[in-house]
Amino acid sequence: MPDITLRALLDQTINGLAIGNIYALVAIGLALIFGVANLINFAHGSVYMIGAYLGWICVTYFGLPLALTFVIVAAACALIGILIERFGLRSLQNSARIAPLLATIGIAFALDQLVQILFSANPQSFPSPLPSQRIQLGGVNIGWLDVLIAGMTLAIAAALYGFLRFTKLGWSLRATAQDREAAQQMGVDVNRVNATTFAVAAALGGIAGVLIGMYFNTVYSSMSYQATLKGFAANLLGGLGSVPGAIVGGLLLGLIESYGVALLGATYRNLFAFVILIGVLVFLPSGLFGKRRAAPEPLTGTFVSNSKPVPVPPWLIVAAALVAAFLPAITTNPYLLQTLTNAWLFSMLALSLTLVTGIAGQISLGQAGFLAIGGYTSALLTMRLHAPFELSIFIGAIVAAALGTLLLLPAFRLRGPYVAIATLAVGEIINQIILNWEGVTNGPLGLSNIPPPTLFGLQIITPTAVYWFTLGLLIVAALAQLRLVRSHLGRTWRAVREDDVAAQAFGVNLNRYKALAFATAGLVAGLSGAFTAHMYSYVNHETFPAATSILALTMVILGGMGNMIGAVVGAVALTTIPEVFRFLAEYRYLVYGIVLVLLIRFRPQGLLGTI
Amino acid sequence: MTLLKVKKIRREFGGVVAVNDVSLALTEGETISVIGPNGAGKTTLFNLITGLDKPDAGSVMLDGHDITRLKPDKRAARGLARTFQNGRVFGNLSVLDNVLIGAHTRQRAYRLQTPVLGLIAELALAFVQPPSWREERQRLRDEAMDILALFSDRLAPRANQPAYSLSYANRRRTEMARALALRPRVLLLDEPTAGMNPTETHEILEFIRALKQRGMTILLIEHKLSLVMELSDRVIVMDDGRVIAEGLPNAVRNDPKVIEAYLGRKQWSVNEHEQEAELPKTTVNPALSAQRLRPWARRARP
Repeated sequence: MPDITLRALLDQTINGLAIGNIYALVAIGLALIFGVANLINFAHGSVYMIGAYLGWICVTYFGLPLALTFVIVAAACALIGILIERFGLRSLQNSARIAPLLATIGIAFALDQLVQILFSANPQSFPSPLPSQRIQLGGVNIGWLDVLIAGMTLAIAAALYGFLRFTKLGWSLRATAQDREAAQQMGVDVNRVNATTFAVAAALGGIAGVLIGMYFNTVYSSMSYQATLKGFAANLLGGLGSVPGAIVGGLLLGLIESYGVALLGATYRNLFAFVILIGVLVFLPSGLFGKRRAAPEPLTGTFVSNSKPVPVPPWLIVAAALVAAFLPAITTNPYLLQTLTNAWLFSMLALSLTLVTGIAGQISLGQAGFLAIGGYTSALLTMRLHAPFELSIFIGAIVAAALGTLLLLPAFRLRGPYVAIATLAVGEIINQIILNWEGVTNGPLGLSNIPPPTLFGLQIITPTAVYWFTLGLLIVAALAQLRLVRSHLGRTWRAVREDDVAAQAFGVNLNRYKALAFATAGLVAGLSGAFTAHMYSYVNHETFPAATSILALTMVILGGMGNMIGAVVGAVALTTIPEVFRFLAEYRYLVYGIVLVLLIRFRPQGLLGTI
Repeated sequence: MTLLKVKKIRREFGGVVAVNDVSLALTEGETISVIGPNGAGKTTLFNLITGLDKPDAGSVMLDGHDITRLKPDKRAARGLARTFQNGRVFGNLSVLDNVLIGAHTRQRAYRLQTPVLGLIAELALAFVQPPSWREERQRLRDEAMDILALFSDRLAPRANQPAYSLSYANRRRTEMARALALRPRVLLLDEPTAGMNPTETHEILEFIRALKQRGMTILLIEHKLSLVMELSDRVIVMDDGRVIAEGLPNAVRNDPKVIEAYLGRKQWSVNEHEQEAELPKTTVNPALSAQRLRPWARRARP
């Protein structure tokens, strides 16, 4: 137990409050958007990161004074917010509720990649332009940055309060938040209100980004993702949609993080946010100050738009499978075979996701977690226990299914966007556990020299052998999943997706069937992850990043939610087409993000339609 | 034999008492209608009976068992089926699939209730599909088609069409078919003819009558008094969360409290002499004395 002196406690409190203020700024933006536009904005963190990078440029390259920097960042981010609302989301106003959520995910993806392309993925140093002496204030030691943060947050909160309370536009905002239709009938220009909300939220996010950059003296490309999750955590803690709640939530989060880091070490910093996230979702979904609203309507039921699947004749599928099987006989181009091997592995991930999200209606943004569990389990079994690969891959799949489902269990009672956030958080928690459980997973170093896959004693290492094995796995998994989907189990899953209230009224135990869906999906994804680990003979916490989950989602939507053939088509398309356009390689993920947004806007049922 | 017994059930929503100490008893084979103006708490009462909502006080007993703590899916397993006020079919599922979900609790796989092993068993069964499983599936399918046939040619020819493509009336019928597939002990119908034209309403009336003749126990929420009069053995009237009248259809119909609930209290700023000529043929509420009406007499007349 570290020596806890009053001084240390005070220091940590100041730290916690300082960073809590920044979280509060992020959370306020999210709360505004949720309250007024009624949507969960996954792109908020990206704007925050853009603000940070902009601030870094202004200060480090152009040497601009801090005040001017803040103005520029606020204005630029406000503009970005307006653009996001106008071009990304406005046309989705009358779509199903899940559409804007997915669109913001695509936008976030694209923006993140844009920043990475422009500024490289490496962290950049952001020296603070403030004087570095510390101030003694009644026995406490604080820096100028802490003063700045506190001052700015106070000023912003006061300005926001004044705006919402005393200006006509502010009233319009509040009116729209309470009842959009009624406000419209009173002559409120709802579009203008939305644009203003996004502008204000983005500006706040951008400012918060600059402050964080100065606080930690660095800007880096995974800032956005963490900010989004922490913003959610703060928001959920305070009550989704409540601005005072966002402030309190942000401060609390900052304090908990600060004390936690002091007790457990810096590597655990991000873990607290995610644990709080899950904890709030499970025990207090309406947060500390949120209104106890009626449970939100489920999202996917309305998104799986009433469309008929494009009929694909069985002979075509068989023919395609045969072509795929005999491909290595025609060509031995290792590059092509490796690309397609990746396509098969991604197809399995897409199949698992389409089962959970498309058929059972549970939005999963953390599917990569199953891959990771499967990969690590299989690798560890072969390395530490010298188990044969044929056995370890299956145990890896089973553990992925069991463990993944267990971790998601608390999220089953949630509905609507909360499920999405919960799965995102769980996926991240899995990553954090892998990163920190050094005794087992080797932490950031990962597991190397994983034995290659074997089948009846033969090593599977040539591109052809690997290709055939993964294709075989895919076909087996697909057939098994098809059988389940065609049975009454599949029908029950689809009932849960369509209307879980009605399903429950007819005897369907929701938790049971959600668990079954995730477990089945976990088996398929676990197989894929396990093979991947052995194929690369190396795995670490970055082998299956969050981006993989989003990519899988894009594949599934591209193919058609719930449509199994669509899942494979989507996976193959998004794995192979970028290879064709090699020159786009750097922009690959940017393209994925844009594709997702375009799909949501113009063809939400995907290429082959939903089932 | 009392099949469904609701005792002093109460539900509050932040100060507003939606259901205020309501009790009712439904005997086997009986049809009870619950009527009342909008906002009286009828659907909330249904939600409390079926488990969609948790009561703040009171109990629900089905067949002698206390089901107050049970979740909706468990109540369905005990034979409680319902339709919804705005019709909740599974849009992207075919009509037949909708009905087959109704039969969910009657499958053998449903009995695999143990927490983890039951799940694995159900998964294995769905995968292996042994002959007994397949035979049951066919049997339930045939049964579902028989139920669809009950609606003459409205649903049967559309058995494989997705429910979202059906007309409103057919969607409501699909809901009823789904409820029947559960082979309910008690059938709760929430405004089954809402939004239907007279012909459709009449069809549903005959359908429910046929169910009655087969001995079905029905709890019905309805606004169309003609249906209520024709079908009900008893009528319960709710207003403002409370039961204000209960009894045979004709008695309830003429109950002044019921009339007042629906039509409101008549405020007449005239003396008794003119009053007689103006009032319709209903019994006057004795509380409407001229004494109490005097303040209104002072209001300026156009």
